Formats: sequence, C-alpha cells, structure tokens
Amino acid sequence: MYTQGLAEPPARAGAPEPVVEDAEQLRRFEARIDAEEKIEPKDWMPAAYRRTLIRQISQHAHSEIVGMLPEGNWIGRAPSLQRKLILIAKVQDEGGHGAYLYSAAETLGVSRAELIDQLLAGTAKYSSIFNYPTRSWADIGAIGWLVDGAAIMNQIPLCRCSYGPYARAMTRVCKEESFHQRQGYDIMLKLANGTPAQKRMAQDALDRWWWPSLMMFGPPDTDSQHTALSVRWKIKRFTNDELRQKFIDFTVPQARYLGLEVPDPELRWDEQGRCHRFGEIDWSEFHAVLKGDGPCNRERMLARRDAHEAGRWVREAALAHAAKHRRAAAMA
Amino acid sequence: MSEAVAAGGAPARPAQLFDYLLRIADTSLVLAQRLGEWIGHAPAIEEDLGFANTALDLLGQARLLFAYAAEVEGRGRSEDDLAFLREEADYRNATLAELPNGDFGDTIVRQFLIDAYQIVLYGGLRKSRDARLAEIAAKALKETRYHLRYSSNWLVRLGDGTEESHARVQASLDRFWPHTAEFFDADDLDRAVTGAGIAPPVQDLRADWLRQIEPVLAEATLQRPPDAAHRWYGKQGRHSEHLGHLLADLQYLQRAHPGARW
Repeated sequence: MYTQGLAEPPARAGAPEPVVEDAEQLRRFEARIDAEEKIEPKDWMPAAYRRTLIRQISQHAHSEIVGMLPEGNWIGRAPSLQRKLILIAKVQDEGGHGAYLYSAAETLGVSRAELIDQLLAGTAKYSSIFNYPTRSWADIGAIGWLVDGAAIMNQIPLCRCSYGPYARAMTRVCKEESFHQRQGYDIMLKLANGTPAQKRMAQDALDRWWWPSLMMFGPPDTDSQHTALSVRWKIKRFTNDELRQKFIDFTVPQARYLGLEVPDPELRWDEQGRCHRFGEIDWSEFHAVLKGDGPCNRERMLARRDAHEAGRWVREAALAHAAKHRRAAAMA
Repeated sequence: MSEAVAAGGAPARPAQLFDYLLRIADTSLVLAQRLGEWIGHAPAIEEDLGFANTALDLLGQARLLFAYAAEVEGRGRSEDDLAFLREEADYRNATLAELPNGDFGDTIVRQFLIDAYQIVLYGGLRKSRDARLAEIAAKALKETRYHLRYSSNWLVRLGDGTEESHARVQASLDRFWPHTAEFFDADDLDRAVTGAGIAPPVQDLRADWLRQIEPVLAEATLQRPPDAAHRWYGKQGRHSEHLGHLLADLQYLQRAHPGARW
C-alpha cells in the first residue's frame, strides 16, 4: 500500500548544511530526468534526491509492515473460509511489498536493519492510516476499498518514478493493490446488501475511514514541504491535492452504488468545475496522528517492538547456525 | 512408505467416512487458525510470509475436505457450516494442532511434528480406494513437502544455533512429544476406514514418521524424548482447554449473525 506525502519538521538550526553539488553533474542529472531516463543505483544523484527516496521508500515499506497489524486483527475472525484465505493472502502480499521495498531502499546504500531500527526507535514515519483501529469486519472491507484505493491513486504515478528500482517495485505492487481494492469493495457490497446489522456495520466503517483516507494524500499543497522538488525530479508526478481530488471523484459514486452515505455534509458535485467539492479536512487530527497521538500509535509500535524483541533469540540462532556452517565449510 | 491401504474389506458407512474426513480437515483448519495468529508478529518478514504460505495451503486442504464431507453427509451443509458451526466436542483435530503458539520455537516444533505426520498420512491416503480422497491427498502431499522443508530448516537452525535456542526447542519437543501418540493410536473409526481400504493403518505409519523426523532431530542436535501417551484425544473430541478459545475467535461472526452472508 501506502506511500503518503508526509510533512516533516523544517530542518533544525545547526543541522548540517546541504552538500554542495557539482553544478555540471547536477545539470547532467536533471537533463536525464527531463529526458525521462531512469536513474539506477550506481548512477550519480544529488544527495537530496537520494535522501528523499530513502525517506519515501522506507516510509512506504514501514507502512506495509505496520499495515499488517490492523488487518491481521481480523484473520482469526474472518467470517468464511474463503474470506479467511483472501485476507491471509492480502496481508501476506503486504509483507511481501514491505520486503521488496526495503530491498529497493537498500539499493540507495542503507540497510533493512537500520531502517527497521529507525521505525522501532520512533524516528521514522509510516502512513497515518494504520493508527486507526479495525473494530468490525466491515473495517476490512473499508480498508481494501478506501485505503488501498487511495494507495493505488498514489502509487500508479510512482510506476513512472524517475528512480528505476522504485518504479519497478511499484509496477508489481500496483497489480496486487488493485486486487486488494476489489476484494475490499466486494466485502462492502456483501455487507451493504446484507442484514440491517451488516449494513450498519458498513456505514459505520465508512464513517470512520473516510476522513483518514483523505488524509493519506498528505497535507495540502500549500503546506507540503516536499512536493516542489519531488515533482521537479519526477519522484512525484502529481501533487497531494490533485491526487486527493481524483480519489474523491472516483470514490463517491462507488459509495452511492453501495447505498452508503459519505460522512461529509458539504460534499456536492460542482457541475462547472466537473469535480466534487468537499468539506474541510481536520488537519489537526492528521498532525496529532503523525506526532504519535492517534488512537492506535502506541499499540502499533508496541506490537512491532514486541515482535522484534521476541524474535531476537531466533535471529541470533539463525546467525549462529550460519556461522557454524561457514566455519565447517571453510575447514572442509 | 508402508503399503498404505488394505486391498479389500467391508465398505465404510458414509457416517464413518464423514467422521474420518473431519479428522483430517479439522487438523488442517485448526493449525491454519493458529498460524494466522503469527502473521504480522513473526521474528522476520520472511517468517510472516512463510507462516502465511503454510496457513493458506492448510486452509485450502480443509476446504476440499469439508466440501467432500458435506457431500458425503448429504444434509445440505456447506463447507462453512462444517468449519464454523459445530460444537467444540464435534471438532476432531489432533490435539497438538490446537495448542497455543507459544514462542517461535514452540510453533516450529508443533509444525514439524504435524508436517511429518501429514506427509506419511497423505502418502498413505494417496492410495486410498476412495478416489476423491486419494486426489485430495496427492495435492496436499505436494504442499506438505514444502511445509516440512520449512519447519525442518528452522528446527535445525534453532536446535543447532545458540545454547538458548537449543534449550528452548528441546523443551518444546519434550512438551509436545506425548501429543503425537494420538496420531498412531488406532481406534474403532481408524480400524473401520482402514478395513474399508479408505485409509492406511495408522499404527503402521509411525515407523515412516520416525524415519522422516529422526535425521532432522539428529542434525538439529536434539534428543528424541521418551515415548509417553497423553490423555487428550482431540480426534475423538476430547480436547485441551485451548480449543474453545480458538473457536470463539473462529466462529465469532457466524455465531453473532446467524444466517448472514459474507
């Protein structure tokens, strides 16, 4: 899933000055970008380009890994064998995306272990959306429909990202995401056409996931600190607000087809602008969630740290075993 | 592999075949349910993926077996009716499958013992006179070979890893070993399906099972525990305290919304 345009605090006073790049190298680099050439791991790239990509790809990888938790919450309680199979396969895909994206980040000269340490230390970000709870089965439908739907909007343009390994990873990830989105909508369809209790469950999930899904596109363009340079270097192809608008225009008719109500009294079709107008997003909630004060931030990080700690003896054993075998092979 | 299936004998009654299919299906279902608890919490991403793979295969096996059992029963129940809507004592899984995950080593040992059992069981069932069951077993056998490779590789790493990991998995093995007696202790139902040529004689499978596991235990530098039978016989509906909790999760939505479609 889930890249997100995440705001970062402005550089602190006393932070190291940006590296002064060779003007000629920078010019050649930008010429390649303009010519739509892919940048590959061994190519020269500006330090800021590398930094931006490491930040974005690792946030994306962390989001996949943390994203396994809210959906994993319903694997045991999936309501049919078929649904259980699909959900396990979906959560497994997310783990696979995480592994794949960590590898893409590693091509930029950082290790998976370092990136995971940053996540566990709380210094790296992941998508705000996974700090909301999955309270009912309909939340699994809503995540597939809305969260994966928003992720696809974000990620399809990334298949054309200027950095080769990321673009290739996204091509594969997007194929799986579109299956995730369809299965989510299919869950919602069943619930919306089910018993009154199921229908209530579906509406309640839409009520809770709608606004957080809109926040997945990141802060408004006026406040987004990364957008301009990322667009210049073709890491991003569209701005946060453009993608958000596209998502809303795409999703509102789907909600209507389900017979569910989008929880925004100001939502209306603007005939002249050929798009939906929508109400004010509560950005204070977004910033609170990013700062660690969402409903589930602490639980999510605790779950990741617990898994990491509980797995320590296992990883140590695997390393010790491999070392013994290397020694034995060397002596043979 | 031992000559699996008797050539002749009295045909099994449908009720016996039904009960026997549930034993195999329930073990796969319950074990998949346990493995599902790991996903997102394993020691490394690769293990999240590995457990998910095994769980998906086991659920696939359970579905084929439940669908067949439902047909044999002929009362119009679906695979989900059988998987979700029975009372605890009507589940017939081997007890070992329902025991809690514990730590990663516990899960690997439990998986290893059951993988090796399913290898010899499906190996025998492949030659069943019941063509449908033979077909399901042949498919399941292929999958189970991968499961056993995965659990064996980890058992060797943990057994022959650090002092701590060795002590942990030896303790898991000692604790779980008595639960394997149930696999090979033939009861009336086992004798009936064996007599009808449907299933291999379970008491004869043990030697093959030991041949699967002993080389791995040796490579893992683990001691085979002394034989002792445990008194829980899940395959006869006599379960540990743990199954009820597992079913409370598994059955929750089906019980809370009777008749709803998902």
